[in-house]
Amino acid sequence: MDKRLERILPNVQKPARYTGGELNEIIKDKSEVKLRMAFCFPDVYEIGMSNLGMRILYGVINNEPDIWCERVFAPWGDMAEAMRENKMLLYALESGDPVSEFDVLGFSIGYEMAYCTVLDMLDMAGIPLRSADRPGLTPLVFAGGTSCCNPEPMAPFMDLMVLGEGEEVDVEVLRLFQRARDEGWSKHDFLLEAAKIQGVYVPSLYEPVYNADGTLAEMRCLPGAPEKVTKRIISDLDSVYYPTNPIVPSTEIVHDRVNVELFRGCVRGCRFCQAGYVYRPIRAKKPETVIRQGIESIRNTGSQEATLLSLSSSDYRHLPEACDGLLDWCEPRNVSLSLPSLRADNFSMELMSRLQKVRRGGLTFAPEAGTQRLRDVINKNVTEDDLLNTCRIAFEGGWNGIKLYFMLGLPTETDEDVVGIADLAAQVLHVWRESSPNKQRGVRITVSTSCFVPKPHSPFQWEAQVTRSEYKRRVNLLRDSITAKNVTYNWHDPDTSFIEAVLSRGDRRVGDAIEAAWRRGARMEAWSDYFNFKRWMDAFDECGVDPDFYATRERSEDEVLPWCRIDMGVRTSLLLREKHRAYAAELSPDCRVACSACGAQSLLPKGVKCDG
Amino acid sequence: MDKLRLRFEKTGKAAYISHLDLMRVVQRIFLRAETPLRYSEGFNPHALISICLPLSVGTESLCELMDFRVKRDIDIAALPEKLNSTSPEGIRFLECYEPERKASGIKWLRIEGRFDYDHVSGENIVQPLLAFFRRESIPVKRRTKRGEGVLELAGNVRDFECEPTQDGLRIKCVISAQEPTVNPDLLIHALEQLSPELKPDFAKFRRVEIYDADMGVFR
Repeated sequence: MDKRLERILPNVQKPARYTGGELNEIIKDKSEVKLRMAFCFPDVYEIGMSNLGMRILYGVINNEPDIWCERVFAPWGDMAEAMRENKMLLYALESGDPVSEFDVLGFSIGYEMAYCTVLDMLDMAGIPLRSADRPGLTPLVFAGGTSCCNPEPMAPFMDLMVLGEGEEVDVEVLRLFQRARDEGWSKHDFLLEAAKIQGVYVPSLYEPVYNADGTLAEMRCLPGAPEKVTKRIISDLDSVYYPTNPIVPSTEIVHDRVNVELFRGCVRGCRFCQAGYVYRPIRAKKPETVIRQGIESIRNTGSQEATLLSLSSSDYRHLPEACDGLLDWCEPRNVSLSLPSLRADNFSMELMSRLQKVRRGGLTFAPEAGTQRLRDVINKNVTEDDLLNTCRIAFEGGWNGIKLYFMLGLPTETDEDVVGIADLAAQVLHVWRESSPNKQRGVRITVSTSCFVPKPHSPFQWEAQVTRSEYKRRVNLLRDSITAKNVTYNWHDPDTSFIEAVLSRGDRRVGDAIEAAWRRGARMEAWSDYFNFKRWMDAFDECGVDPDFYATRERSEDEVLPWCRIDMGVRTSLLLREKHRAYAAELSPDCRVACSACGAQSLLPKGVKCDG
Repeated sequence: MDKLRLRFEKTGKAAYISHLDLMRVVQRIFLRAETPLRYSEGFNPHALISICLPLSVGTESLCELMDFRVKRDIDIAALPEKLNSTSPEGIRFLECYEPERKASGIKWLRIEGRFDYDHVSGENIVQPLLAFFRRESIPVKRRTKRGEGVLELAGNVRDFECEPTQDGLRIKCVISAQEPTVNPDLLIHALEQLSPELKPDFAKFRRVEIYDADMGVFR
């Protein structure tokens, strides 16, 4: 072990996250491999190791015998400070080698608030932040992950970005890079060739041209740039690699359990939800695959908890069959199964009762909006009756805590909708009074609100975010409307949501502000421990970026958007239709009732059908 | 067969696994190796595993003992290898047996330590350091759960030896494991408080052997 590291470790919190050496980590002989990749996750170990995407890609890339992919996470503040003080460069966990020695750095960016951490990791690795300041081919710095569906804010820093699911395209990029390196290509020649791979966006091949009012006139294609970059998907989830022998962390992580993926995509089409649109088309695993992968993973990890993961697990067609198969194996071994992201309907509730025989904790539902009108606007197909019935079953079954999540600031929201949240909570309380078998235990109803952030590639991508003061006014209105003692109200501060809104729909100029914020000390901005609103406002000011232009301005429907070169599979005309239906409070049926012809089907090979 | 004891090493990267995390790590090793662990029968069943002398984070050990209980007879000779095949780097099981003595019979621990000195040569420290640990009284202030107290190291740290190395010194000694519990870090605190010029710039320890009150090897 590095002597400097040995001296630092006893003085930092949770040192086990900085050592590697866990079961199933992949060690290769570096003199034997032809390419070394650092898989960089811009958050701490406990978060990164909980990320299924990272685990899948780590396995996929390491399945290539001559490529060694290692893990790199962002150190927590105390560790980052100690490393800088001792002039230690960012290193990879497997080999302990500095990241600067690697051929390729691949960042997984799932969330906009991680942008500064990406820059901080590059800096800690001793690598210039901007692609333009890295003239050589090596190291190649690229990114993937949901945030890349608007690649522009991070465009100045990345050599290329990968859109969609990475299992195939990552390896294609690495192999092309290997060839370029071995044959001595220039970086530009490599990027031109890489741009021909479907799913690869090369920022330096596009030039933003602005109108006088600051909006985009066009994203101009430079020679060699494809008109559109279409995301990649895996069409057959039954045959694609799945990590059933994953690394078992030796220290507790956030989601310390086995993940069993059921399907990708979502049938619901909630209009505020980016994931519901960008992960289409819907592709499911066969129940046999789910059962086999689940049992293998539990057996190989020794985990006592498994969770069935998907955007909306209860929409999996074969859920009862998959659950039965897994329960048959899990129950005699005391392994518990859990289902996140359940919908508030009766079917989910029955299932939940079957899965959780003990541990009656709290249940969480996300009605998102307080009135039926607004729920129709956002196409959240949950009725008040659904929710109240579900709560009734839960209370009768012994649950005594319900959490309800809402967003404030959704398009068309009125004060009536805000007060509707309080009314809904009061009705849930009323249901408890009617149905709880044991009132002495009391009840906890928690209402949480956050400030809506409009996201690219969703039907609300043109919408204005409400201002922070308006959000606060609505919070106060709601707080004053909640009178029952058993109802607790928590609200997220709107500052983070405002910055998130700027970053998520930002253009290349926002990239300058991200760098300025980092220079002022921003990193780990998703953590309230570190988030500093003033620092961001100073950074915007310094760069002449008006944050309101990005967050609280409504875009016209024909405005050129920074992500206009990106095709996530769903037609813009469909997004517009959904936007118009939203304003008419008109529902769209879910994909299984009627296909909306969103366009994502065309990403699948001929003859393969979307599972919607 | 019900109560069993395992002897194992915790070295290298595994030294940074905390006691709490180690309990989880070990439990999963047992599950992967399909060992029929016994669980408590409460509302939240937990595996019946206990580590005899919890180790501080960063300290290595060649002689950890862990007691656990099983539901049915197992092949104890084959167990260590079975567990090792599914253990993280640095955790290595050495032997499994039915214990004859309770862990409360442990009294002494032999430890080794690396003392790094950045600005002086180890050779110049050997004599004063030996003299320090030969003092009749070495009162060291320490913080415990009950507040600040003073522990007398003399008599609780025995057979102190040291030899120069490239980076400083390699030390060996025997410390009291229980009643009182002497954390090896107290050696450094003692130097800091009573003879700061002898305090190493960095120190790292490793447990080597466990003894009973009569200095018989404890198993």
